[in-house]
Amino acid sequence: MNYIEPHGHMVSRTTDDYERMALAGCQAICEPAFWAGFDRASAQGFYDYFRQITEYEPKRAARYGIAHYCWLCINPKEAEDVQLAEEVIGLIPEFLNRPGVLGIGEIGLNKNSRNELRIFERHLQVAQDHDQLVLVHTPHLEDKLKGTRLIVDALKNFSGLRPERVIIDHVEEHTIDHVLDQGFWAGITLYPESKCTPHRAIDMLEQRRAERIWMNSACDWGISDPLAVPRTMQEMRRRGWSPEMVRHVVWDNPAAFMAQSGKFALA
Amino acid sequence: MKSWTPPQSVNLADLGFMDARSKLIDLAAFLDRVQRAGQEGDFRVQALKRAIGLLSQEAPGRAREVLLSFSDPSSEPVAKAAMQGAIGACPP
Ligand SMILES: [Zn+2]
Repeated sequence: MNYIEPHGHMVSRTTDDYERMALAGCQAICEPAFWAGFDRASAQGFYDYFRQITEYEPKRAARYGIAHYCWLCINPKEAEDVQLAEEVIGLIPEFLNRPGVLGIGEIGLNKNSRNELRIFERHLQVAQDHDQLVLVHTPHLEDKLKGTRLIVDALKNFSGLRPERVIIDHVEEHTIDHVLDQGFWAGITLYPESKCTPHRAIDMLEQRRAERIWMNSACDWGISDPLAVPRTMQEMRRRGWSPEMVRHVVWDNPAAFMAQSGKFALA
Repeated sequence: MKSWTPPQSVNLADLGFMDARSKLIDLAAFLDRVQRAGQEGDFRVQALKRAIGLLSQEAPGRAREVLLSFSDPSSEPVAKAAMQGAIGACPP
């Protein structure tokens, strides 16, 4: 069955991964801008990174019949350096009109600091000013609950950003209701140890009737699995899900959210 | 899909029991190991033991309660990010 990978950091993956994902039925990958595993020294480093994910990765993906889209920002891990963050935010508008750019992301919080929050709000302003979709990263582990609450509170201050145009990613059992009940979309990330397993993801999908939720691998430079979505599709079938409902989660939902950008289109 | 009813015909014990059993034994062995090494005072081990107590609650919602028990209960942003990673439990 075909599927969409709505959150993968392909700059960190090999071309073999593209091939394996294509063989598993992947038709589109969406790549949020993120941390490269180290702090970049200058805004120029981000300029080249934005060129990489808007120009080069789409070509690499196309060789395997996969459409490639991306999101732009400076991620929260590098937001503690406010001056650098401001410079990078200044670069974003010139890339927003490129064909595969879906919006601003993945922005959010990491350690729930004042500077992270300030830079998060600066990005929200850019998204509001340029009428962009927003993809939000929530913090890891013990920081997730507090960060998710701070993020939801900050979003409510931007009346121009409608909740149905914002997805809050990496939700778990203790944050999913808060996100969905406020009208936002939620992302469930299938990632070893620090996030969610296939069965927990399916539990949450069943609890919330798979409404306004997508599922992703967030594969990146860490130990992670680019095939986490098709593996979870297999578990869904073992748990008695119909092909239509599997497709609803791995195709209809992400396509519906991203189509709001006006740029996302698949056959 | 609001009208959708999740499948109910599958035997979930058939599907998940062996995996859950194996994880529980691993957890028991972990607690034995840190105790033998005299390290059970570590705040992460203590947090784990508190979380285990939540498994005996009657209502479904155990996963949520365990996650809540590992979460930072504060609500104000911190002055500065002192590190980039996370630990998994709240330091005392
Ligand atoms: Zn990510």
